[in-house]
Amino acid sequence: MSAAGLIAASLLVPAAGAAGIALAGRWPNLRESVTLVTAVTLLGCVLGLLPSVLDGGRPQLFVLEMLPGIALGFRVEPLGMLFALVASGLWIVNSVYSIGYMRGNDEEHQTRFYVCFALALAATMGIAFSANLLTLFLFYEMLTLVTWPLVTHHGDAEARAGGRTYLGVLLGTSILLLLPAMIATWSVAGTLEFLPGGLLRDAGLSNAALGGLLALYMFGIGKAALMPVHRWLPAAMVAPTPVSALLHAVAVVKAGVFTVVKVIVYVFGVETLAEVRAADWLPVVAGFTILAASVVALRSNNLKRRLAYSTVSQLSYVVLAAAVLVPISIAAAAFHIAAHALGKITLFFAAGAIYTAAHKTEVSQLDGIGRRMPWTMAAFTVGALSLIGIPPCVGFVSKWLMLQGVFAAELWSVAGVLLASTVLNAAYFLPIVYVAFFKAPNGELHGEAPLPMVIALTATAVGTVALFFLPELPLALARSVAGL
Amino acid sequence: MSAFGHYSYWITVLLMVAGLYIVIARGNLIKKLVGLSIFQTSVYLLYIAPGKLIGGTAPIIADGFRLYTNPLPHVLILTAIVVGVATLALGLAIAVRIREAYGSIEEDEILAADRDSGGGA
Amino acid sequence: MTLAHLPALVVVVPLLAAPLVVLVRRAAAAWAIATAACAFSFAAAILLSAEVAAHGPMSYHLGNWPPPWGIEYRVDALSAFVLVLVSGIGTASALYAWRSAAAELSRDQLYLYYVMHCLCVAGLLGMTVTGDAFNLFVFMEIASLSSYVLIALGRDRRALLAAYQYLILGTIGATFYVIGVGLLYLATGTLNIADLAERLPQTASTRAVLAALAFITVGVSLKLALFPLHFWLPNAYAYAPSAVTALLAATATKVSVYVLLRFYFGVFGLRLVTETLPMAEILLVLSLIAIVTASLVALWQENLKRLFAYSSVAQIGYITLGVSMASPDGLTAAVVHLFNHGITKGALFLLLGGVALRAGGATMGSVQGLGRRMPLTSLAIVIAGLSLIGVPGTAGFVSKWYLVLGAIEAGRWWLAGFVVATSLIAVAYVWRFVEAAYLSEPGPATPGRGEAPAAMLAPALALAAACVFFGLQTSWTVGSARRAAELLLGGVP
Repeated sequence: MSAAGLIAASLLVPAAGAAGIALAGRWPNLRESVTLVTAVTLLGCVLGLLPSVLDGGRPQLFVLEMLPGIALGFRVEPLGMLFALVASGLWIVNSVYSIGYMRGNDEEHQTRFYVCFALALAATMGIAFSANLLTLFLFYEMLTLVTWPLVTHHGDAEARAGGRTYLGVLLGTSILLLLPAMIATWSVAGTLEFLPGGLLRDAGLSNAALGGLLALYMFGIGKAALMPVHRWLPAAMVAPTPVSALLHAVAVVKAGVFTVVKVIVYVFGVETLAEVRAADWLPVVAGFTILAASVVALRSNNLKRRLAYSTVSQLSYVVLAAAVLVPISIAAAAFHIAAHALGKITLFFAAGAIYTAAHKTEVSQLDGIGRRMPWTMAAFTVGALSLIGIPPCVGFVSKWLMLQGVFAAELWSVAGVLLASTVLNAAYFLPIVYVAFFKAPNGELHGEAPLPMVIALTATAVGTVALFFLPELPLALARSVAGL
Repeated sequence: MSAFGHYSYWITVLLMVAGLYIVIARGNLIKKLVGLSIFQTSVYLLYIAPGKLIGGTAPIIADGFRLYTNPLPHVLILTAIVVGVATLALGLAIAVRIREAYGSIEEDEILAADRDSGGGA
Repeated sequence: MTLAHLPALVVVVPLLAAPLVVLVRRAAAAWAIATAACAFSFAAAILLSAEVAAHGPMSYHLGNWPPPWGIEYRVDALSAFVLVLVSGIGTASALYAWRSAAAELSRDQLYLYYVMHCLCVAGLLGMTVTGDAFNLFVFMEIASLSSYVLIALGRDRRALLAAYQYLILGTIGATFYVIGVGLLYLATGTLNIADLAERLPQTASTRAVLAALAFITVGVSLKLALFPLHFWLPNAYAYAPSAVTALLAATATKVSVYVLLRFYFGVFGLRLVTETLPMAEILLVLSLIAIVTASLVALWQENLKRLFAYSSVAQIGYITLGVSMASPDGLTAAVVHLFNHGITKGALFLLLGGVALRAGGATMGSVQGLGRRMPLTSLAIVIAGLSLIGVPGTAGFVSKWYLVLGAIEAGRWWLAGFVVATSLIAVAYVWRFVEAAYLSEPGPATPGRGEAPAAMLAPALALAAACVFFGLQTSWTVGSARRAAELLLGGVP
C-alpha cells in the first residue's frame, strides 16, 4: 500500500472499527474480537509508515480544502510517528486489559465504551499525523468530544460533574485561547502548515507579541495540563480505569504535550524562541506545575487521584524540556512522551487491577497487597521506578536526556526543579511499594485480577524495562525531531 | 416657505404617530388593527401627495397636455392598498380565531388565560 | 426554457404553484405540486449560482421593460447564494411536511398549508432576486402574510396569539421599510436599487436620505429580529407547526439580513452608513447585547423549540456583528453564517419536530434518555448542536473563523475574545440537551423506541449531514461569501 494509503488507513481503520463494534454490539465476544483486530491492524498501518519516516521521508496526504488556503492534510514526521506508535501500540495492550476490566466489574454500556475508544484512537491518529494547525485542532476537539462519553461512563452525579469539568476546561481553553491564537497566526503568517524552523520565523512579530501568542497556545492547549488549566485531569478520573490508563495517561494528555512540542518546534521555531527569549516564562510555569502537582499527589490518599496529579507533573516535564530550547532537550521532550506513557499506563493498569480484585481505591488500604497480588505490585513497582527515573527503567533515559539539555543551556534552576521533583516522586510512590510488600495484609482474601489484566500490566512493565536496554527506535525518532 | 407649506406632510406624520400609538397603547386586538390601518394609510398619503402637481393632468402624451402628474406613486399605492387590505383581513381572521380559542379579544385577558393554563408547553 | 429566463422562473414557478394547489385541493397532489415547485426552484438556484460564478451577474427585465422604468431581477454572487439556501430549505421543509403537516393539521386544511408554503417560499425568493425596492416590499408582504397564516396553523392556541403579534410587528416593520423607500423615491425619483445607488450621491436632500436609512434599518431589523426588536420571534417559532418553524428559522430572518446588506452596502454605501451615521457602532452594540442576553435566556428554557428560538436571536447577533465590521472578513463571516446558521437551525428544528411528533412536545422532559429511544435523531441533534457551537469540522466553525479573523485583522482583540467566549454559552445550552439525552434515564414523557417517520427523518438528516459537509468542504460557501463581500464593498452591485 502506498504511504498516502497507509495514512488514510490509520485514520479509517479505527473509525471503521468503531462502526464494526457498534454493529457487533449484541455479541460481546465478536465485539471484543473486532476491537483487537482493529487495534492490531492499526499498529500494522503505523508500522508500515515507519521505515520511510526513519529514512527521512515525510509521507503526506491532502484530502480537501477546509478553508481557502488551508487543507485538511496529513504529513508524517518523526514526532507524530513516535506518538502514533505509542498510542496504537498501547491500544492493543489496553484492549486486552479493558476486556478483563469491563467484564470483571460488570460495567454497563460496554458497546458505547468500545466504540468511543476506537473513535478516540482515530482522533489521536489524526492529531499525530496532522500537517497543519487547523487539522490538528479539528482532531484535538474531536478527541475531547468522543472521550466525554467515556469520562461520564457511569452516568451518575459524580460522573456528570466530572464530565462538565472535563468538557468545560478542555473545550473552554481550546475555544477561548487556542482558536484565537491559531487565527492570529493565520492572520500574520498566512499559513498554518507545520514548517521546520517555525512558520512564524519570518512573520516579524515583536517579542511581546510572540510571548503573548505563546501564552495563548500554552494555556490554550488544555490537554497539556499546565497549571492552572489542569483541573480536568483529576476530574476525568471518574472514568473506568482503562480510560484513565490509555486516554488520560497516553492518548489525550500526550496529544496535549505533543501539540505543545509541535507548536514550539514547528510554529514558533526553537531557534526563534531561544533568540528573542519570548519563552522565558514557560520554564517557570512548567517548573511550578511539576512541583505543585507533586505536592498535591503526595497529599492524595486516593490512588487514581495521586496518579492523576503525578501525570500533571510528568506532563510538565515534557513542557519544561521543550522550553529549555536546545536540541537535546527537544529530543528529551519527545522521548519522554513515550517513556512516561509506558510507565504511567502500567501504574494505572495496576490501580485498576487492585480495584477489580480487591475493590480498594485508597492508598491507605494497600497494606500488604503485594503479597496477594505479586504480579500487579511488581509491575506497579517497575512503573514507579521508571517515573522516578531509576535504572533499569526507561524513565531514566528521558531524565538523562533532560539533564543533558539543562547542562547545555546552563539553566541551573531547571536542574534544581528536576532534582526536587525526583525526590517528590520517590516520596509519593515508594511508600506505596513499601506498605504493599512489607506490611501485613488485612481484610478479605483475594488473588490477582482477571488474567487479561495481569497479562496487560506485565506486558507494559516488561516494555518499560526493555526500552531502557533497547531505546534505539524511539531515540532515533526523538533525535530526528530535534534535527540531531 | 412656511412650516405649513407642506401641510400634507404634517397630516402624514400625524396619522403615522396616531396609528402607531394606538397599536402600542391599546390592548384590544381589533383596536390594534384599526391603529395599524391608520398607520398604513399615512404611508399612502406620503407617496401620493408629492406625486400631485397643481394644475397637472393625467399623463397623456398629446398636444395640450404639457403638465402632468407622476402616475407611478398611484400605481405603487394601489398595490400597497391591496397589501393593507389583505393584512387587515388576515388580522381580523386571526382575531376571530383568538376569540373562539380564548373567549376574549383583550390582550391582558388572553395572556392571563395562558398563564392560568400553565406557562411552559 | 433557457437559462436567461431562470431568474424569473425561480420565483414564478412556486408563485404559480400556489393557485394550482388551490385548484387541485387533494392533499397528496397539493404536496406533490408544492414539493416539485420548490425542487424546481432549488435546481434553478443551483444553476444560477453556477452561472453567476462563471459569467458574472445576470439581469432580467420583466416584460422587456428596461430598468430603471421596468422591474429588474438581478442575480449576483450574493443573491444566488441566498437563493440556494431559501429554495433548498423550502424543498426540505416541503418534503418533511408530507408526514409532519399531516400529523399536525386537519385533512381539509392540508392543501391550504401547501398554498401558503409555496407563497412563502416564492415571496422570500422574490425578495432575494428582485432589483426593485418597491417590488421587494410586495414580495416581503407575500412572504410575511403567508408566514402569519403558517404560524397560526400551529396546534397550540398560543400559536394564534404569536401569529397575531408577528402580524402587528411584521406589518409595522414592512411599513417602516416602505416609508424609507418612499423617502428615497422622493429624493431620487427612482426605485431601482442599482439606479438608487448611482443617484443617491448626487441628491441634495441628505436629510431625507438619512431618514430613509433610519426607517429602513428599523423596518428590516424588526423583520430580522435584531435585539431589541425580537419579541415576536420566540413565540412564533415555538408554537408554529414543526415544518414551518424550520422554514422560517432557516430562511425568513436570513432574507431580511440580505435586504439589510443590500441597502447598507448596495444603496446607501459604506460612507453614509459608517461615517455620516454611526450605524456600524449601533449595530455592533445591539449585536453584542443580542448575543449575550439571548444566549443566557436560551440557557433557562425548558421548551426546546423556544430554547433554539432564543439561540436564533443570538446567532442573528453574530451575523449582524459581521455586518457591523464592514470589512471583507466581517462581511464574509456574515454572509457565510447566514447560510451556515440557516442549515444548522433548519436541521435542528426539523429534528425537534420529529421528537415533538413522537413525544407530543419537545421539552427537556421529553428528551430524557432520548439517546436510547431515538438514537439517530439524538445523534443528529448533537451534530447540529456542535455546528451551533462552532466546533471544527462543522459549518458553524467556518463562520466563527471569519468572525474572529475579521476582529483580529481590525485589531479588536476584545471582540475576538467576546465571540469565542460567548460560544461557550452555546456549549452550555447544547450540553443541557446532551446530558438529558445520554446521561438520564428515560422519563414518563420520553417517547418509546423508534425514530420519526422516514419522510421526516430523511430531510432532517440531510441537513445535519450538510452541517458537517459544509464544515469540511468550504470552497463553495466561503467562495460565494467572499465574492459577495467583495461585491458589497465594491459599491454598486
